[in-house]
Amino acid sequence: MKNIKIKIDNIDLVVPEGTTILEAAKKVNINIPHLCYHPDQAIKANCRLCVVEVAGSKKLTASCSSYVFEGMDVQTNTKKVRDMQKGILELILANHDQDCLKCLRNGNCELQSLCQRFNISKTNLVDTVDALPLDNTNPSLVRDSAKCVKCNRCVDACQKGQEVHVLTHSHRSIHYNIAPAYEMPLEETFCVFCGQCAAVCPVGAIVEKDDTAKVWDAIYDSDKHVIVQVAPAVRVALGDAFNLPKGSIVTGQMVAALRRLGFNHIFDTNFTADLTILEEGNELIKRVTEGGALPMITSCSPGWINFIEGRYDHLLDHLSTCKSPQQMFGALSKSYYAEKTGIDPKKIYTVSIMPCTAKKYEADRPEMVTNGVQEVDAVLTTRELARMIQSAGIDFTGLEEDQFDNPFGIGTGAGAIFGATGGVMEAALRTAYEVITGKGLPSLNFTEVRGLEGIKESTVHIDGLDLKVAVAHGLGNAKILLKQIDKGESPYHFIEVMACPGGCIGGGGQPIKSTMDVKQKRIDAIYQIDEDLPLRKSHKNPDVMRLYDEYLGEPLGHKSHELLHTHYHSRGMKYNFSELKK
Amino acid sequence: MSKTVSIITENFGKYDPSSIDSYLSIGGFSAVKKALAMSSGEIIEMTKKAAVKGRGGAAYDTGRKWAQAASVQGDDKVVICNADEGEPCTFKDRSIISQDPFRLLEGMIIAGYTVGAKNGYIYLREEYRHLKPLLLNAIRESTEKGYLGDNILGSGFSFHIHLYSGAGAYVCGEGSTLIESIEGKSGRPRIKPPFIKECGLFQLPTLVNNVETLAIAATFIQHGVEEYLSHGTPDSPGTKIISLAGNVKNPGAYEIPFGLTLREIIYDIGGGIPDGHELKLFQLGGASGKVGDASILDTPYTYEALAKQGLVVGSGGILVVDDRTRVIDFVKSVQDFFIHESCGKCTPCREGNRQIAKIIDRFVDGNQHQDDLQTAERFANIMKNCAFCGLGETAQSTLLSAINHFPEEFGLEVAASEKH
Repeated sequence: MKNIKIKIDNIDLVVPEGTTILEAAKKVNINIPHLCYHPDQAIKANCRLCVVEVAGSKKLTASCSSYVFEGMDVQTNTKKVRDMQKGILELILANHDQDCLKCLRNGNCELQSLCQRFNISKTNLVDTVDALPLDNTNPSLVRDSAKCVKCNRCVDACQKGQEVHVLTHSHRSIHYNIAPAYEMPLEETFCVFCGQCAAVCPVGAIVEKDDTAKVWDAIYDSDKHVIVQVAPAVRVALGDAFNLPKGSIVTGQMVAALRRLGFNHIFDTNFTADLTILEEGNELIKRVTEGGALPMITSCSPGWINFIEGRYDHLLDHLSTCKSPQQMFGALSKSYYAEKTGIDPKKIYTVSIMPCTAKKYEADRPEMVTNGVQEVDAVLTTRELARMIQSAGIDFTGLEEDQFDNPFGIGTGAGAIFGATGGVMEAALRTAYEVITGKGLPSLNFTEVRGLEGIKESTVHIDGLDLKVAVAHGLGNAKILLKQIDKGESPYHFIEVMACPGGCIGGGGQPIKSTMDVKQKRIDAIYQIDEDLPLRKSHKNPDVMRLYDEYLGEPLGHKSHELLHTHYHSRGMKYNFSELKK
Repeated sequence: MSKTVSIITENFGKYDPSSIDSYLSIGGFSAVKKALAMSSGEIIEMTKKAAVKGRGGAAYDTGRKWAQAASVQGDDKVVICNADEGEPCTFKDRSIISQDPFRLLEGMIIAGYTVGAKNGYIYLREEYRHLKPLLLNAIRESTEKGYLGDNILGSGFSFHIHLYSGAGAYVCGEGSTLIESIEGKSGRPRIKPPFIKECGLFQLPTLVNNVETLAIAATFIQHGVEEYLSHGTPDSPGTKIISLAGNVKNPGAYEIPFGLTLREIIYDIGGGIPDGHELKLFQLGGASGKVGDASILDTPYTYEALAKQGLVVGSGGILVVDDRTRVIDFVKSVQDFFIHESCGKCTPCREGNRQIAKIIDRFVDGNQHQDDLQTAERFANIMKNCAFCGLGETAQSTLLSAINHFPEEFGLEVAASEKH
């Protein structure tokens, strides 16, 4: 590629052709202000905060959408540029609900830091916030249009990234808004609650529904036995909230912090991830050998389940009937654990810490009930856990490492890698191979299904069977595989789908600023955890095997079916458009 | 009326626009026949010679635009006729479509032939829906007679014309927004690059021309450029259809040679201001154009002379406002228009219009704050410099030029000698 010589603020530099001014400026340590630009998304050029002066141009130039040319002379910091940028910020603020002290994004808001940077004080503009009603009626996400800066990052995430096409823009001019069609509340749309919109929102216009108060109440309720499970992807992301290097593995400190918060027992969702592999692996073997809908598709990701139940409800037979690891844990907590400890299931309060906003929706599903009680009582995202730890005044980074409790404290490397795209597949292959062949695997690492490529595929030779598998992350990629199935052209036996790009480590509930670079670091950390564990195959998890011996019997057995499997149904989204148009 | 001419409008009233036979009886389609006997390069040379500046408002040289469109690689290109005549006080395209639709089709066929396009699209503004049957009939009859469709007149050149109706958004007059609209998306401008000449409608190389521009092309292909070029001034040769409206006795669309003064246009052609009133201001080029006052009425209507006064030809609209209207009320009517028509996509246009509208409302009521004028000017300049598209860049042209010409109406005290 051609190299282009340019000058930014009188600094000479050479960048490849096709570089934008904004990206070029980064290379010489100049951070041009922006709100709509996001490194993983298409260029939008809506906010206009990134305007700069380019010699020879009468107007200012948006640096995010303008590419460098030979001899370009850019000024990013002139009086004109700064005055205009400041003015644009003032315009945004004048129509932005400024209740910063009560906002979940307080201290972690891109608009707030820009205002600080530009030393914004009182302006001559008259503030009036023109907004749609608050949308807070679903269990996962809260949309507050009074804070929306109309940057369209959420629209990009919803439409281009996830191809869910729920969030869009409506109306024009001063009535321009970001909302689902007909401004319906999210739960009345095809929204899958993946939270990718919340993950890219620069401000507090889309946030997770905060359930921390509920959990504090449970902890303070002496009548309740409060236990917590932590998903595999949380331990490689929680450190972000405490300014640790991206991809830091903080399992020990996390467990210690949870204990200090007052949870009675701290368990590992990696345990039920291993359990999922035993159930799902056997389900796959059964479908392949005895017949059943193929390809079989994983069912761990609730955003994915919402998607297929909404848009591809004629393909539900392809889903594994296994509950997700979160719900398997919830079910066991209200049955096996209750029996083992002699505590009334009604008094057990089960909390999950998840990288995911859709998990809140999943826990709320009416079928997720065991022994007459809800399996998981509260779901906190990684961000909410971080807030609880901060709120309790715990110095997270200084904590001494602690360990998960029994009987759900052991997770193998196979359970750990559930957090990364391809992980469930790899874990399943490790077990399926050994269960079918009875032989040890020559190599545990199925590298073909790892990494950030949108769709990965592999063929594994197991005792004369060429098992064809595929892995998709991000619902846009999942859609491609579904269309194959629809046409009867799917060559696969088994497909893993994770709703979020990168898998759970890129979940909608993870610390803000989970860019692709950060996701890669988390993935590396996840595989490091796997490498470092003595046990790396689910069927070698001694506590899982004990659970079968003591309680469940065998994979796919009667008890398993009752507790660990579920069914799916169409979300039945039938719109009456003539009614809506009124 | 002798100051008007009939070059582009020569066919107006001469034939029945709903009948191709009627059109053929006055020599219709001779431009297409001539063009098909020429090479693309010859037509481009002729277009360059005619020096026609784009008549939608941006005034880009048509010959250059066609040369660029022809040189873009691609065997499937598109010509779009921009008939989204949305500028307030602009109706000259309507006069062409309603009185000479076949010449417009000829212009499109010639453009398509020149740049190597297979398909043409007419984007007709929603408010002109009454002209849709006329255009559809012209397309159908032309296709039936072999002037449109496959292998036109046995030349081997095939060109199809499709008609699309807008949904009433002013911003769809902007080329990339118009394309979004044809594609079924909401009317919001696209980021450039990619430029539409390379990647436009349905990702195909696309040429967008205004109705009048295409009609002129058909005219000079038919008659040669000499007659057209015998009018106008050296820097603004040729003729122009203007839309004259507002407080004049004879509003209407008129074809004039470039170089008449504004006074001649308003008083001789327009018949002056009715009911003995005085001219207060005029606005050229529609709502996005600028206003002027009576002191510059002797300015010739040419690109270069108007530019010296900070004015533009733009869409060719000339709106006359007499002393019965306060300047601030006029500014408010334009602001109301932009509050309605901004697409809302970018911050400066969406929020700038919102805030400036509030300030203008205070001026209208006489309740303005001390800093209001300064604030309005500040944000108007932010819009002009930072908005995403031409709409936001020009939305405050009226306000800024009104402050310049009528400072006293905004409470600014100016010594008479300082004015202008």
